[in-house]
Amino acid sequence: MSTRMHPGVRVGRWSWVWRPWIALVTLLLAAATFLVFCVSISVGDFTIELGAVFRTLVGQGERVDEFVIFDLRLPRALVGLIAGVALGISGALTQSVARNPLASPDVLGITSGASATAVFVVTAGGGAALGGSLGLPAAALLGGLLTGLLVYFLAWKKGIDGFRLILVGVSVNAAMQALTTWLLALADIRDVARAQAWLVGSLNARSWTEVWTSLWLMTALVLVVLFVAFQLRPMHFGDDVAAGLGVRYGAVRAVLLLCAVLLAGVAVSAAGPVPFVALVGPQIAMRLLRSPVPPLVASGLFGALLLIGSDLVARVVLPNDLPVGIVTAVIGGPFLVYLLVRANVKRAA
Amino acid sequence: MEQRGPDPAAASPRRRRLTGLACLVVLLAAGAVLSLVIGARALSPAEVWQGLFGDPGTDQRLVEITLIVQTLRVPRTVLAVVAGLALGVAGAVIQGHTRNPIADTGLLGVNAGASFAVVLAVHLFGLQNPLQYMWFAFLGAAASGVVVFGLSSLGRGAGNPLTLVLAGQGVTIFLTAMTGAVALSDKQALDVLRFFNAGSVQGVGWDVIIVASVFVAIGLFLAALNLPAINLLNLGDDVARGLGVNIALGRTVGVLAVTLLAGAATAACGPIAFLGLMVAHVARWLTGPDYRFLVPFAGVLGAVVLLFGDMVGRLAVRPAELQAGIVISLVGAPFVAALVWLGKFRQA
Repeated sequence: MSTRMHPGVRVGRWSWVWRPWIALVTLLLAAATFLVFCVSISVGDFTIELGAVFRTLVGQGERVDEFVIFDLRLPRALVGLIAGVALGISGALTQSVARNPLASPDVLGITSGASATAVFVVTAGGGAALGGSLGLPAAALLGGLLTGLLVYFLAWKKGIDGFRLILVGVSVNAAMQALTTWLLALADIRDVARAQAWLVGSLNARSWTEVWTSLWLMTALVLVVLFVAFQLRPMHFGDDVAAGLGVRYGAVRAVLLLCAVLLAGVAVSAAGPVPFVALVGPQIAMRLLRSPVPPLVASGLFGALLLIGSDLVARVVLPNDLPVGIVTAVIGGPFLVYLLVRANVKRAA
Repeated sequence: MEQRGPDPAAASPRRRRLTGLACLVVLLAAGAVLSLVIGARALSPAEVWQGLFGDPGTDQRLVEITLIVQTLRVPRTVLAVVAGLALGVAGAVIQGHTRNPIADTGLLGVNAGASFAVVLAVHLFGLQNPLQYMWFAFLGAAASGVVVFGLSSLGRGAGNPLTLVLAGQGVTIFLTAMTGAVALSDKQALDVLRFFNAGSVQGVGWDVIIVASVFVAIGLFLAALNLPAINLLNLGDDVARGLGVNIALGRTVGVLAVTLLAGAATAACGPIAFLGLMVAHVARWLTGPDYRFLVPFAGVLGAVVLLFGDMVGRLAVRPAELQAGIVISLVGAPFVAALVWLGKFRQA
């Protein structure tokens, strides 16, 4: 091992390269996420100072603070954290598999598929019938999964290719939006208002049930992803090289895409289709880490940071309780333009 | 002009194309008649004739039929033909100009721009009449279309379907969220939006149809002027310049035509995606790459598809109606998937 290279680390069967910069930035991201998480808990109609938030979180707080934090603010912040991590990792996976920085679950139609089924549940008045607060998230998860499978099979032609995946995803996306529109046009105006609030993506009024279901699902999926992700890096060199390096790229790609779809579904079912987090998170994390490919852990952390931070901005700055999706759209839109222009200029150079 | 040379085969493609166009026009006429007959209340052709030209007198049944035919069936049929023609021609022309097979006026942010402008107009100025907010739809459609095509033709990404689609998708997601934000704080705007968004040719008044038709007529005229230039521009800018084409003028006229056509159609019936894309591909398959034939084919096909889409929507979920824009989207998505599958799009 030459001294100019990064040293390797080996534990049992697993080995990886020790890159101090990546570890440092990832740690800093985690710290920043935790800080914004705490600020998000402290700010509200009744402000609790940060010190009291820390004390309460470790079980040393006062009764009033405990009530406000554990019953009202913590579920909201936790759902933001979980959905942000899920969206960030989901975006990193789709961008890696499609080998295109712009291929996020929003673009591939997964989010709008989840939206279509969720709007169906809201407008059909089946929300109560399908098991109260569980009905809508379950429907969104199922819709996201089915749409993901549909895109996958429509794009399948002797394997999956990023280019085909994106074009098929975009067209399925348009069809799902048409379905949503139709459902909205049929429904009662009160249900439409409720559905529309959900459709922009919001963290308002989350409960512990949502936290627990999405937390378990996300943890399980992230474990699977991290386990398989060792195979992901060679795939950035293309299928031939990956096959030469011993990666069963077909199976790996299918598993990772499935995880990406499910993660996006979990996030959408918990927080609604918050736009652009899955697109922006991995891309900024990649730039911070100076990594050539979207890094998984840092993408998840940055996604969470972005989502909780945007929610904070939405609550503090914007009038009349506008949902978090507006803020992420304002951040994500210009960023997407930047990515496009940069890609084109680079192509021309 | 008919070619009378020693080689009769040279003349036959042109004759075949003209015959094909005539067949399509006949199909369009048949569709228009059917569209008058079919609906929640089925009328016989004789009744339709009576409703169109007869004197209802005092007969209650005849008065009712006249009302249905003249205020419901005729306007929606006319609008379907006008909007279909406009979107078909716009789709073919924009594909010719961008040399990009996935260019579609609906898929690429134009629709989201129109929706956003409508919601904003209703919210800010309290507009209720479609005749008033259609101007905003027109402006929004034009502005977002120019932004998307501008973004995607920067640098050398111009010919790449992926760049165009992703630019359109990004602008769409952004504008949809903004539209949602406005709609959330204004229930009236939300109510206008959800019907505008469905993309329907139903229930649009003559005032709107006439204004839209004027724009479509100007757009069609410009597109017709532009056809020879598109053929030459497809050979590449350098070759076209060498053959004496004024490139800046050709592109400007083309973009102006597309903006007028797509803007007017979207303003009148709301966002309809995929129509221009689909008919341009079918027209290319029928006629080959000559835009002087491809564009008229696409126009007539667009009118036929929108008419039949509207009729399917009327019959599919009776007694409710499925808006034409939604029918077209549900057909369009698998169509594009099939094109992708057949390898019609290539990465530049």
